Amino acid sequence: MQRIADLARLELSSEELDLFTRQLGDILTYVEQIRELDTTGVEPTSQVLNRPVDRDDVPGPTLTRAQLLGNAPDASTEAGLFKVPRVIG
Amino acid sequence: MSHPRQGSGGRATSAVAAVEESLARITSLEPKLSAFNTVMAERALERARALDAGPPTGPLHGVPVAIKDNMCTAGVPTTASSKILAGFVPPYDATVVSRLEKAGAIIVGKTNLDEFAMGSSTENSALGASKNPWDLTRTPGGSSGGSAVAVAARVVPISLGSDTGGSIRQPAGLCGIVGLKPTYGRVSRYGLLAFASSLDQIGPFTQTVEDAADVLQVIAGFDAHDSTSSSEAVPDLRAALTGDITGLRVGVPRAFLGQGVDASVLEAFESSLQVLAARGASIVDIELPHAGYGIPIYYLICTAEASSNLARYDGVRYGYRTPLQKDDTLQRMYERTRDEGFGAEVKRRIMLGTYVLSAGYYDAYYLKAQQVRTLVRRDYDRAFERVDVVATPTTPTPAFKLGEKTSDPVQMYLNDIFTVSANLTGLPALSIPCGFAEGRLPIGLQLTGRAFDEATLLRAGDAFQRDTRFHTELPPNG
Repeated sequence: MQRIADLARLELSSEELDLFTRQLGDILTYVEQIRELDTTGVEPTSQVLNRPVDRDDVPGPTLTRAQLLGNAPDASTEAGLFKVPRVIG
Repeated sequence: MSHPRQGSGGRATSAVAAVEESLARITSLEPKLSAFNTVMAERALERARALDAGPPTGPLHGVPVAIKDNMCTAGVPTTASSKILAGFVPPYDATVVSRLEKAGAIIVGKTNLDEFAMGSSTENSALGASKNPWDLTRTPGGSSGGSAVAVAARVVPISLGSDTGGSIRQPAGLCGIVGLKPTYGRVSRYGLLAFASSLDQIGPFTQTVEDAADVLQVIAGFDAHDSTSSSEAVPDLRAALTGDITGLRVGVPRAFLGQGVDASVLEAFESSLQVLAARGASIVDIELPHAGYGIPIYYLICTAEASSNLARYDGVRYGYRTPLQKDDTLQRMYERTRDEGFGAEVKRRIMLGTYVLSAGYYDAYYLKAQQVRTLVRRDYDRAFERVDVVATPTTPTPAFKLGEKTSDPVQMYLNDIFTVSANLTGLPALSIPCGFAEGRLPIGLQLTGRAFDEATLLRAGDAFQRDTRFHTELPPNG
């Protein structure tokens, strides 16, 4: 569970880890029933559109840099940058 | 307009009067119902005055509407009922919002939901649960609970919800109103905060099927901003409401209706079939052998997609960021922000989704679920060779008590047993009021149709409402 929490970038408390370990166990036990089905050779459905969803790469109007930075918890509008803790020591 | 629609009683003679009536009902009912996250009183009145002063705009001219708070509204906070979006004010409108406004509708507020639309009761909202206007000790359903309550309590005649596994139809059923999940791709999702992208779809709540047809007509159709929106032509939906369902073949998957369904629900369901039969529909037994696997595969697929979609909430570009401590690294900031910002159900789903996508488990869970999804689609393909719509109850039980299922995720998930199939297959589905259980708790009838054939669903639902009065009943708290 700790490895999954690390992958998901979640700093869970030990109480949360205990609770989720039990509850995810219950859920995984419940979904086990799909294993009884023979799906040999069945194509997976990842989406139901059955058509390509790509388009020509034509530039259009976009939000401005100021609009996009306006919601940031910490940003420098003059420099046009989001601010985050030091990444490189 | 053949229907009373402006305001709750249809007596409003101007947009301003309609909005004032909605706002007055919010003031009196909101302390009991908690349906709204944000009320846009000044903005709505200002827009109403402008509409009254100008020429007629569109088919929803002057109609107050409410929007689920996971759809972006320019300049108005959009929270998804999550702490992690605290302070977020979108710089743009969702396409459905701009289409409603272009048609003359006036947004009076943003409604409560289970955080990021993950839930079946609104109890997963960071802002507290909404209450069912038929019984304040019970859930209105979810995740679009606030939008359902707003229409059921006659605060607004129209609201929008989103439906990933039943989040429009289930609360519509539990609140005694109409809820429509259109075909996947029918309505643009640009500006909808993504939960599970292969399943999410936006649709309306209304009192009548006729109103649902009018709203779908306004919001449906291709949008260049959403690559999954369909260019399939949208027919004249009002013209489809002929009342004539002679020869309509209604399929009933008997074997799927057995376990765990309340007797009151089954009774109302059987009576509903008789109403349709009396109008000339034929009732046909069908088989959906894989529909019972809907819940397990739904929870594998939606959590996998959610774990990916919600990776964007990292405290950098918008919303909440944990207070930084000395020597915090970027990764610590991500991890603590997400732990503090997300609620328990969202974290549970991110964890499950991350697990089923992780190396070593992908084939056994995620890939397997996608294969079973194909089997469910084939069941419906076969059924629609013999019938025009499939009928089931919307939910296995009437509204349950607040707090009754919060500690057991699997029990909560089972509430979606009849609704998830339409999301897994992409098919359109409609819930309409079809009866009451003991304690005057509403019961819903669900009709599922062929892809892009909302017209047949709406025709059947409208025919049903011509012969029934369930949708005209008023809740005690409304």
